Amino acid sequence: MSIRSGLLILSLVLLPLPILASETPALPAETSLSSTADHRKFEQLAGPFQSGPEVTRACLECHTEAALQVHRSIHWTWRFEQPETGQTLGKRFALNNLCQGIAGSYERCSSCHVGYGWEDEHFDFTAEDRVDCLVCHDTTGTYVKFPTGAGHPPYEDTPFRGRLFKAPDLAHVARHVGRSSRETCGTCHFEGGGGDAVKHGDLDSSLLAPPRHVDVHMDPDGLNFSCATCHEFTGHIQQGSRYQLKAAPEAGVAVPGRESDRPACQSCHGAAPHDTGIHNKLNQHAEFIACQTCHVPAIARGGLPTKTLWDWSVAGRRDEQGRPVVEMEDGLVVYDGMKGAFQWEENLVPEYRWFDGNMHYTLLGDPIDPSAPVPVNRPLGEPGQPGARIWPFKIMAGRQPYDTHYNTLLVAHLFGRDENAFWRGYDWDAALASGMATARRTGQTEAGFSGEYGFVDTRMYWPVNHMVAPREDALSCESCHSVDGRLADLPGVYIPGRDRHPWEPFGWLAVWLTLLAVMAHGLGRYLIHRRRMRGAA
Amino acid sequence: MSKIPIFTLFERFWHWTQTILIFGLLFTGLALHGSHGLMAYDTALKVHIVMALSLIGLWAFAIFWHGVTGEWRQYVPTHRGLPAVMLYYAYGIFSGEAKPFVTSPSSKHNPLQRLAYFGFKAAIAPALWVSGLLLLTYAAWKGTFMGDLLPLAWVAYAHVAATFALMLFLIGHIYMASTTGHPWYAYLKSMVTGYQESQK
Repeated sequence: MSIRSGLLILSLVLLPLPILASETPALPAETSLSSTADHRKFEQLAGPFQSGPEVTRACLECHTEAALQVHRSIHWTWRFEQPETGQTLGKRFALNNLCQGIAGSYERCSSCHVGYGWEDEHFDFTAEDRVDCLVCHDTTGTYVKFPTGAGHPPYEDTPFRGRLFKAPDLAHVARHVGRSSRETCGTCHFEGGGGDAVKHGDLDSSLLAPPRHVDVHMDPDGLNFSCATCHEFTGHIQQGSRYQLKAAPEAGVAVPGRESDRPACQSCHGAAPHDTGIHNKLNQHAEFIACQTCHVPAIARGGLPTKTLWDWSVAGRRDEQGRPVVEMEDGLVVYDGMKGAFQWEENLVPEYRWFDGNMHYTLLGDPIDPSAPVPVNRPLGEPGQPGARIWPFKIMAGRQPYDTHYNTLLVAHLFGRDENAFWRGYDWDAALASGMATARRTGQTEAGFSGEYGFVDTRMYWPVNHMVAPREDALSCESCHSVDGRLADLPGVYIPGRDRHPWEPFGWLAVWLTLLAVMAHGLGRYLIHRRRMRGAA
Repeated sequence: MSKIPIFTLFERFWHWTQTILIFGLLFTGLALHGSHGLMAYDTALKVHIVMALSLIGLWAFAIFWHGVTGEWRQYVPTHRGLPAVMLYYAYGIFSGEAKPFVTSPSSKHNPLQRLAYFGFKAAIAPALWVSGLLLLTYAAWKGTFMGDLLPLAWVAYAHVAATFALMLFLIGHIYMASTTGHPWYAYLKSMVTGYQESQK
């Protein structure tokens, strides 16, 4: 190597160093490169702010259309017109078998409403300054809604059931707004059903920083997705719904400017993501089996158990001081005088049903058959129906009040300051009468309450979509292709390894008889042969 | 003692390759059916498909060979001499009677063998590979009119039923072909060496 070429290489190695150092001007450490606005510089956000709506009014000075966009979102309306079933759903109309429904209990339930002040049925859904911007856009982790504050944060430090809720510095939070995050979505969606991991099983606070084996997409050391990576928002309207899922996405990989099926897996992975191999069976399976079925082998995998049973029928036990009795087992509440008895499960194996993406609900006033567990909701879709797929569900068992005269489900007024609220008076008659009266006044139902009630077993189907495991943890073939596999009870499909013709035992009988016959034949030959040999000798 | 050539090299290659493939298919097939759990499902499926396609290829070649050599005539069933052979296996074999059939290159199979092999080739084997190919290609035809006419379960039942027929054939065949010669292993030996030794 000549000296000249050696120098050339040396200069090539050294040259980039000063260029790299001088090319990018230093940015303030806290400034996010993804935003063109530094909210700390806005005069409007200097504060101090006395209330949430005051902050919202400041936000709206620049983001003039934001509140109107939110007003169209289910996060605000809590109302969803299901186009396939014609049902009016959303939290204002649907029931569940956890807290039953919102009628009468607004101040408590609306702690997860993206608004301020929904404390009774007269809430103004057109008020722009009632939109809570901070609950989704806080980046400080200090903003929190008070559990019984009708959507307001605590304005002074306030204890609630043994936990202190610190009043956030609203101006500080407002100056540090940013994109939504797992933390902001999680304040409500991880806490569904009244606590961490209670409702869904595939959504809990373990997803704030899950290891790879819990969620391959959200692992902070891996892809580090936030919720909105898949649940894209446009104009404050998100992709994804539990009332109408995109069970059979056909748009394929999401391409800008074209139709997208987000948040379907196929939007990134395409419709045939598996190696073809020699039989291509996995991609063929994907035509009638949801990705989640194999790729979410179990839920509640992040160390937090999810609630699998909620029995309201035994609620109401109180101690001498009148306080609700609470019983714990292994650190979990198994009985609460306010709510009844619970069961919990970790690493819960889902159950599987055919599902075309449309959920049908049993609403207030819909007739039920109390002799069997009542489906509060049920996935629609028939075996082999185009678009229907085998889908995993967390099936939540409940026991909740119903009208024994009309055979309809009921909703109890749980939370409130008046004595009718169950959590104040512990009187089912009053709580159910009050809850149903509110439901009628607000148009949730036209059904009445006969005054006679009982408790009925119910089931709820929570479609499993999250906690996607790494590929090496996906289900193996024999998880379903076996006699006692996960799909042991799934109707409408022949599954090799699971199914047999009822006459098959006759086949085996024939095999054993034939085997026996040739053995007897051979033995006979041998014995006669031996006797003849002896006779000859 | 004389040596009569009975089985050509091709016939022996065909027979023993078939043996390996059929037992492999039976083992992996029973794994896929859930009758035993001695093999991972995914592996069983891959091996089953590769062996099945190999066997179909072998059969295609064997059909061609039998066609051009005229050896297919060896498998035409005949009733002549059949009762005598059946009687022999039911009675005479015990009392030490001579077998009422002499193997020769132009007539390798006794009438009972002809019947059994014909049944295997004309019924059991085609039932297996037709139903098997339908199972393999299910994804391609389930969306067509065929999918409406033919439930997957029926195809699978046919495949399994043919498997049972195959198992019955195998038990009988192995017993008779490997233990009923003179000496008892004579037929097995001739299938390996190709020669039949000194028949009386």
